[in-house]
Amino acid sequence: MTVAAPPGIEADLPRKVASQAGGSGRVAYLAVPALLFFVAFGVVPLIGVFYLSFSNWPGFGDITPAGLSNWRSVLADPGLRHSLYVTFLVMILSWAVQTPASILIGAFLAGHQRYREWLAVFYFIPLLFSSAAVAITYKGLLDPNFGLGAGLGIPLLQQDWLGEGRLAMGVLIFIVSWQFVPFHSLLYQGAIRQIPRSLYEAAQLDGAGRVRQFWSITLPTLRYTIVTSSTLMVVGSLTFFDLIWILTAGGPGDSTRVLALDMYIRGFRGNQMGPASVIAVILVLFGLGLSLLFRRIGGGSASDSQLEGA
Amino acid sequence: MDPKTSRRTFLSLAMGAPIGAALAACGSSGPSTGTSASSTGATGAATYWFLSGKPQEEVRKASVDRFNKANSGSKITTTMFANDDYKTKVKTALGAGQAPTILWGWGGGGLKSWVDADQVEDLTSFFSDNAAVKDKIFPSAFGAATIDGKIYALPTETVTPIVFYYNKQAFEKIGAQPPQSWGDIMDLVPKFNAKNIAPFSLAGQSRWTNMMWLEFLFDRIGGSEVFDAIFAGEKDAWSNPAAIDALTKTQDLVKAKGFSKGFSSIAADNNADQALLYTGKAAMMVHGAWTYGSMKDQGGKFVSGGNLGYMNFPPVDGGKGDPSDTVGNPGQYLSISSKATDAEKEVAKKYFATEANSDATQQGWVDNGSVPVVKGVDSKFGNAKDAEWLKYIYDTSANAKVFAQSWDQALSPAASEVLLDNIAKLFQLQVSPQQFADNLNKVIGQ
Repeated sequence: MTVAAPPGIEADLPRKVASQAGGSGRVAYLAVPALLFFVAFGVVPLIGVFYLSFSNWPGFGDITPAGLSNWRSVLADPGLRHSLYVTFLVMILSWAVQTPASILIGAFLAGHQRYREWLAVFYFIPLLFSSAAVAITYKGLLDPNFGLGAGLGIPLLQQDWLGEGRLAMGVLIFIVSWQFVPFHSLLYQGAIRQIPRSLYEAAQLDGAGRVRQFWSITLPTLRYTIVTSSTLMVVGSLTFFDLIWILTAGGPGDSTRVLALDMYIRGFRGNQMGPASVIAVILVLFGLGLSLLFRRIGGGSASDSQLEGA
Repeated sequence: MDPKTSRRTFLSLAMGAPIGAALAACGSSGPSTGTSASSTGATGAATYWFLSGKPQEEVRKASVDRFNKANSGSKITTTMFANDDYKTKVKTALGAGQAPTILWGWGGGGLKSWVDADQVEDLTSFFSDNAAVKDKIFPSAFGAATIDGKIYALPTETVTPIVFYYNKQAFEKIGAQPPQSWGDIMDLVPKFNAKNIAPFSLAGQSRWTNMMWLEFLFDRIGGSEVFDAIFAGEKDAWSNPAAIDALTKTQDLVKAKGFSKGFSSIAADNNADQALLYTGKAAMMVHGAWTYGSMKDQGGKFVSGGNLGYMNFPPVDGGKGDPSDTVGNPGQYLSISSKATDAEKEVAKKYFATEANSDATQQGWVDNGSVPVVKGVDSKFGNAKDAEWLKYIYDTSANAKVFAQSWDQALSPAASEVLLDNIAKLFQLQVSPQQFADNLNKVIGQ
């Protein structure tokens, strides 16, 4: 990442201070530990996966070269197209549900009233649970025979929540949102609190109502936060595994089988590490592509300052 | 002293040490199992991994304890894993050269994948040297342990066919008798549904649970040769008209609401499917013999009160299969890692020869309602609490004209994954019988 200090501030600093703070020799040295970790646990496994995608390996025994056969068979498999579709569906739906909800809750929590700060604590709780625990709990609550619906005798709750493709997808999006909206609300809360009050005061003088203030001041100023939060949501959705695995195991049928699940099932259930590695490489490429895309969207005009008076 | 330098030194020390440790840990994996074991004659230590889960784990532990007590020079240490964890764990351990001496398994395709990768010891000569060990085991149990004419595993523990269970009280409620044919089954479905009782309990999310239905329908309609042809890798064997008929009948039952509501989101792991049967929410269930023990444990007075009925899967009208045929696990299988030291292998073989199928171990299985894979074990049933059940399982297994191994165990892991995947879609009505056959014909013989 490049260090992008707002130009206005940098220009005001005396040259001497700037060179002390950003002396490149020492900075590079301090990056060595992180770099070593990244190479050992990021780059080396990545090269291994790339190599494995061109080999046959059941997970034990000898690794034999396979040329392009794994890539051909995986790319021709309708299962891959389906998993890609499901992955994108999860990505888009969870983004579309989480973003408006997080902005609204964030705006609400940004107020300094006492009761809002209390509520903020409660909103934050779902984020503290592990995905596995959340999945087990929801699976129990939604059980068609022994769950909440059957127990309370409420017909509306007695759906085949996880046994019917579209419902299962809906439930999945709901749980993901329930779990991660608090985190993104927190981002927005912080961002909204940084918006200078003077902007709102000026808007009030011009006669703008609260809704108009939200659309014309809050939302435009949140632009970078929206990009950051969307990047986290979208790239993060590629890694959903534990929640889906426990909740539906990719089912019913293959309705919720995202790429990460497809990779695990092929590799560790079907003993085919080669094709599983092909999917892993595809996942990495998608992840990289998406984060680049979002950096483009967000970073294209980094010189625009969000600060007052700039 | 320059404070900056000391901070830098501190940083490099603090950060450098864990990296060094981590990298060292990465590089040190290799065949290291029990290198500490002494190799002097009969003394030695072996490791043994098996499945956890009550009541079976108790019997496995007791068997090893007896062995360790009787052989002061040899010691077996055990580690337990839950079912799904176990499969992954063993795979990883084999890959890293860290496998235990004794590997617990299901035989068949999984065993073959170990054999193909040279991971397990050929035990053929062990069995010819120890003819008595071999002769007391059900001959049919050796099928899944034999690959290309060589025996790679000791059949042990219990024989567990798939059983057609029913709740007698549920049948009293609708005033009907247990089904004698497929036609009866289809007639019973609307009657149970009218009384708000699910006809069949099924944990569809686990997928192999659905597979048991296909195993029986294939056999009852077309005989055992239908799956034999698939197993032998014959081209387009899944398109056999009997197979298509069986797949169609399965979907007919799904469409007729034959399975409990929401079956495709129920997993077998937490025994919710059994709970449906013993709480009377479902009338029938096709499931492995191993569920008898857990229904007895968890079902209150359901089993002891005589409300659990059981029989073999009924015939299909006009079908070719022998109604005595059954399917399931002909046994569990113990193999020896080929990477183990000679001393470890000796200890393992001693365990195989003496304690694995000993009288005391057999008694342990009988006591929790299971039938050991040993000939004439029915003589031990006399005073057992579940004598009637044990006798039923023994007779079913011994008299079966064909005792087929569960498909997912018989096929290679790769082919069985495609199979299970398509079975889930078949029950979800996402694929037609014809598409199912087409998808599986593609991976036949893999």
